[in-house]
Amino acid sequence: MATSSEAQREAPPRGLEEHFEDKPEGPISAAIIAGGIGAVALGLFTTLAAANESIKDWLDLKSSVGPLSGKTLYAVIVWLVAWAILHATMRTTQYETRRAFTIAMVLVALGVLGTFPTFFEAFEP
Amino acid sequence: MEFTAREWWGVIHGMGLGALFLLAFAGGLAEFHSLKAAEITPEGIVRRMRRLRIGVVGMAIAAWGTVFTGTWIVYPWYRVGLSASGADEFAGCAGAHVPTETCSPRDFLLSGVSGDTDQWHKFAFEWKEHVAWISPILATVVAFIVVYYGTNLIRHERVRRTAITLFVMAFLFAAIAGAIGAFVTKVAPVK
Repeated sequence: MATSSEAQREAPPRGLEEHFEDKPEGPISAAIIAGGIGAVALGLFTTLAAANESIKDWLDLKSSVGPLSGKTLYAVIVWLVAWAILHATMRTTQYETRRAFTIAMVLVALGVLGTFPTFFEAFEP
Repeated sequence: MEFTAREWWGVIHGMGLGALFLLAFAGGLAEFHSLKAAEITPEGIVRRMRRLRIGVVGMAIAAWGTVFTGTWIVYPWYRVGLSASGADEFAGCAGAHVPTETCSPRDFLLSGVSGDTDQWHKFAFEWKEHVAWISPILATVVAFIVVYYGTNLIRHERVRRTAITLFVMAFLFAAIAGAIGAFVTKVAPVK
């Protein structure tokens, strides 16, 4: 029985079948959710740096760049680690991108909120 | 007619990589939009997919290049504290109309010696320097989708639309950062 994901795929156009290879949707969903996790990590590090001097100092990896160096580097690391884990667990699944996209949009919205000065300044001591 | 090394890096960061980003976005979006079974021919499918891959991967590379040069090369020149002298945090900015050797762009904006400029840093630049980093992450997600899923995007409308939405979002976050960067550079250029 076809999954709902497979049912939403059109048949390959006539004469072009050789160019189409069926692939699971799970890796796409993993990448999308991981993107959201990367965004929310950035927002979280930004807000935590504003709220706590110790965290701000910990994120200050290079003095000329300041805490931005740690916020961005650690957010990228969180994103890549999350992607690797999600990819490994979802690579053969048909996890629908609609659900992944909804999750990612919530995470990206939270990430943007966390990077918004009016928001993170509210946590400054 | 010359640029300083710092100005060259500003040009590479904002105009060079920024222009590449825009070109890749425009090309990628056009290819994405027309990636439908009715518009595909046996002769065109390979070339179309190659162009789409170049567009989305190119945009991701340009986005990463932009945030790396911005954060690690140009930003330190913007934020360095030069103006403090004794108890006066902005003594070096006294009388300045633009940033100087004793008044970095950040000092200049925060000092308010040339008008009500502090929010250019406190709100605009603070947001730009962070939110810009969401763009390369989303652009990389889209590049992965295109490279991995390939021609299946033609027959799977929902995934294609999802990828287009993420692609446009990556562009919008970069556009926010780029626009703020351009405005701040008008007020307080890195020299």
